[in-house]
Amino acid sequence: MIREVSTTTADSTAWVTICALDAIAPNTGVNAQVGTEQVAIFRIGQTDEVYATGNFDPFSKTFVMSRGIVGDRQGVLKVASPIYKLNFELKTGLCLDDATVTIPIYPARVVDDQVQIGASCHTRS
Amino acid sequence: MPNSKQTLVVVGNGMVGHRLLELMVAKGALDRWNLITFCEEPRVAYDRVHLSQYFVNKTAADLTLVEPGFYQDNGIQVYIGDRIVEIDRVQQRVKSANGVEITYDRLVLATGSYPFVPPIQGNDATGTFVYRTIDDLDAIKTYAEQSRVGVVVGGGLLGLECANALKSLGLETHVVEFAPRLMPVQLDEAGGEILKEKIQGLGVQVHTSKVTTDIVSENGKLASMQFADETSLQTDMIVFSAGIRPRDELARGCGLQLGERGGVVIDEACQTSDPKIYAIGECALYQQRIFGLVAPGYQMAEVASDHLLSLPTAQQFTGADMSTKLKLLGVDVASFGDNFAKTPGAKALAVTDAVAGTYKKLVVNADGSRLLGGILVGDATAYGTLLQLMQNQMALPGSPLSLLVPASSDNTAALSIDNLPDTAQICSCNNVTKGQLCEAIRDDNITDLPTLKKCTNAGTGCGGCVPLVKDVLTSELKKSGVEVNNHLCEHFPYSRQELYHLLRVGEIKSFEALLAQHGTGYGCEICKPTVGSMLASSWNEHVLNTPHVGLQDTNDAFLANIQKDGTYSVIPRIPGGEITPEKLIALGQVAQEFDLYTKITGAQRVDLLGARVEQLPLIWQRLVETGFESGHAYGKALRTVKSCVGSTWCRFGVQDSTSLAIELELRYRGLRSPHKLKSAVSGCTRECAEAQGKDFGIIATENGWNLYVCGNGGMKPQHAILLATDLDKETLIKYIDRFLVFYIRTADKLERTSTWFNKLEGGLEYLKQVIIEDALGIADELEAQMQYHVNTYQCEWKATVESAEKMQRFRHFVNTDAVDPSLAYVQERGQKRPATEAERVVLNQSKDALVTPAH
Ligand code: SRM
Ligand SMILES: Cc1cc2nc3c(=O)[nH]c(=O)nc-3n(C[C@H](O)[C@H](O)[C@H](O)COP(=O)(O)OP(=O)(O)OC[C@H]3O[C@@H](n4cnc5c(N)ncnc54)[C@H](O)[C@@H]3O)c2cc1C
Ligand code: SF4
Ligand code: FES
Repeated sequence: MIREVSTTTADSTAWVTICALDAIAPNTGVNAQVGTEQVAIFRIGQTDEVYATGNFDPFSKTFVMSRGIVGDRQGVLKVASPIYKLNFELKTGLCLDDATVTIPIYPARVVDDQVQIGASCHTRS
Repeated sequence: MPNSKQTLVVVGNGMVGHRLLELMVAKGALDRWNLITFCEEPRVAYDRVHLSQYFVNKTAADLTLVEPGFYQDNGIQVYIGDRIVEIDRVQQRVKSANGVEITYDRLVLATGSYPFVPPIQGNDATGTFVYRTIDDLDAIKTYAEQSRVGVVVGGGLLGLECANALKSLGLETHVVEFAPRLMPVQLDEAGGEILKEKIQGLGVQVHTSKVTTDIVSENGKLASMQFADETSLQTDMIVFSAGIRPRDELARGCGLQLGERGGVVIDEACQTSDPKIYAIGECALYQQRIFGLVAPGYQMAEVASDHLLSLPTAQQFTGADMSTKLKLLGVDVASFGDNFAKTPGAKALAVTDAVAGTYKKLVVNADGSRLLGGILVGDATAYGTLLQLMQNQMALPGSPLSLLVPASSDNTAALSIDNLPDTAQICSCNNVTKGQLCEAIRDDNITDLPTLKKCTNAGTGCGGCVPLVKDVLTSELKKSGVEVNNHLCEHFPYSRQELYHLLRVGEIKSFEALLAQHGTGYGCEICKPTVGSMLASSWNEHVLNTPHVGLQDTNDAFLANIQKDGTYSVIPRIPGGEITPEKLIALGQVAQEFDLYTKITGAQRVDLLGARVEQLPLIWQRLVETGFESGHAYGKALRTVKSCVGSTWCRFGVQDSTSLAIELELRYRGLRSPHKLKSAVSGCTRECAEAQGKDFGIIATENGWNLYVCGNGGMKPQHAILLATDLDKETLIKYIDRFLVFYIRTADKLERTSTWFNKLEGGLEYLKQVIIEDALGIADELEAQMQYHVNTYQCEWKATVESAEKMQRFRHFVNTDAVDPSLAYVQERGQKRPATEAERVVLNQSKDALVTPAH
């Protein structure tokens, strides 16, 4: 019997409330301070579909990811880093233009019109 | 299952063992074979090559190599968390730690290797680790949380990767290397020295020629390392990365032939001394060599699977290329072929650039006609090209030195992708040849890089070959005459011109509506700004209004130009370059108040740089109060209309060029276009305003104005052409209105007027007919569109600082008022400038957390 061995248990995530969903204009991003990290949060369309990645852009070495343009490549949701325009997949953080590079991703959700980020993913041991 | 099938047991479910199973399935083994594998680790095969990303942002699930359902769907039996402990070659049986016993027809050892821990006293103390599995990384991560300092023993490829990982966990990191230099196997002394500087630049301290004699613990906790030279280093944890050793204990136990220093001996078919048993991957020894990279392991899996299935075309394993490229962000290192010039007669040439921090060495054959190997440190961009030159034994250009120091033009002639044979291996990680790429491009009609990567796997390993893969694609497409279509992007099957037409005819006022009617998907960074610009030049709504804000490039989104450190520059409009002393003083005061770097631009205005995103509206509030407007330096829009002093002061001037420049700048300010628009007005033929280098330029004559169009400075300067002579002001403005709107309607995205003109069928004659003769009968319409723009113009910054909602967006954090803590500056010539990376290291020692990227 083969099963994927998962190392995360869904319930262990601790959620931090960041802002109202309205604070993120449709199809844009905002940057949030979560603990000691800068987290870019993106909203897809008018919906409550949100994704979170690290705000650090490894190519320009600046904290600007939240200011990128969101969109898709062949249906894969992504954000283009604003300074040198490299694309990162929103769901995985993988750089679509350079497979050796990834940025961190964080669990994100909307509860009662409030955007929340899962903070435990990176402190999990 | 019917008994007629044979049973294959694969011991070890690592990268290579799993690849073998995939290949067996792909080659149609299932109707003749039962496949069984034993997996010692608590999870099925994962991508060990990218293991370090587990510390960055990948979960164990992300790293898995096993497609969901692969084992179940193909009926492959996997024993997770169970290790084979014994092989009985006579009975052809294996026994596992959990007591499972299986009889095999064929057995494959894919047990990999284990990290070598040097025999140092105290090497098993609490706080010592190795770096090989996800479990190892979990242990390191947990322990790092209560540690401050971490040491990596071993300065090879893996050691440096590991050091980078410790650094990302926030530890003060040291590398201790026994040899006198880093990466001693791949690099020579000069290369090692440059690399050392680079690594130290990353904030990792490097200690070479250090022999560790003792690891000392105090109160059960690791405390320090003692070296043979009597020095010592305090540390909380140690990770050993001092090489690998093949896992050959099973083979040893059942008496298979081993190498002198370990490793299961195999032949060209990957068979061991017992023909029923194969060995592949890092446990295998071929001609006295262990191959510690994944590509040779994959090659062995290819060979073994062919052989197991008795395929008539079975390949042979004859050794493998051990070229390597370090995959650390920010440090380029590559080493390939005969890097130490050991071939008889080989000659080496090397170039060190201590300023740029690069070292490049090439090893060539006796007459310098062929490349044998090389080393690149600090800049490995040439790696792909050089590797191809070497592997395909291609003739080198006259002087090999020109490969290292490209002459002023280009040296790519030595390696045109078309000269490569089809057998040339482009991607060594996944063994993909040029021929295979071409075939995929042809047969599957592939026209873009991501699809090509997905279909062939090329470029999905270390990524080093991606530029070459792209070259192959471009060259093949060109050859097959595939019309590189003029579609805006994958979301709109139209050119910009067609889309502009659809947008105006359909009176479409938002991106969403245009996408719904004429496009697909969500859009991207190409179509969104383009459509944003078309909407703005057609309907002139504020670019930060809710439906449009997400379309704007970061410059437009924050109405300022982004700079290399993520801050912005502020360029207020100074029409015609004319400015009162009061306003000049006001600019100085704002710059002083917000501590901005100040510079006169090349276009007669003043740039204030280094403004943080949350400062922008405050700065603009002040500027708007003092009567300044947005200069649109950030937009694909009208920039400036430069002027000279003209007849008012200049003894040669024949018309008032300054007044005209100001009038024109105010007329066209805020006009968004396919690319930026620049203009100038000169007061006489001496042309001090450089009008003939502008998109539209005007030169005064005794009788009026001469109008020039489609000039360009910048990357590819082009003289403007004379469209009409001796015009009065009204006619001049009429012509310019028509010209600009015609350009806006018909140009491609990011096409300056000069390039647009060069492609315009009918050239100058046609342009004259449309603009002057109104041959298309659209002159009224063009003028009306411009008049609409003029009437609806508003200063974007004024509207922004007056709107609480728009101001709200100008914050670095949505959930606090804190400023970006990563910014760092130093003083130069009495002003601030962004700190360089080296300077930041020093400055940051006093700061922490938010200034380093999240891990
Ligand atoms: C600030 C300034 C340099 C300076 O310190 O003098 C400048 C700065 C930049 N120029 Fe320029 N250019 C500046 C005058 C010029 C000029 C001179 C002029 O306008 O008279 C030229 C040649 C004239 C021309 O455009 O034909 C010029 C030709 C370019 C080009 C090449 C355009 C071309 O078609 O060849 C680019 C690249 C591009 O636009 O694609 C460019 C791009 C840029 C960018 C936007 C590069 C970037 O993407 O960051 C720089 C923005 C920096 C910033 O945020 O301020 N800049 N640039 C000048 C701003 C003028 C202003 O007041 O608005
Ligand atoms: C951090 C790191 C970075 C690397 N970077 C690169 C790189 O950039 N490029 C590159 O080419 N290579 C790289 N490598 C090397 C690459 O990962 C290996 O070459 C590759 O994993 C070898 O595959 P393998 O299947 O032979 O061994 P492994 O992937 O190690 O798999 C062997 C498996 O067999 C299991 N096993 C052993 N004995 C038994 C037993 N008796 N019963 C059951 N199971 C058993 C082991 O637990 C292990 O899971 C890197 C390695 C590491 C650790
Ligand atoms: S010339 Fe280059 S570096 Fe200088 S301002 Fe223009 S774009 Fe920037
Ligand atoms: S060579 Fe490594 S991905 Fe192609």
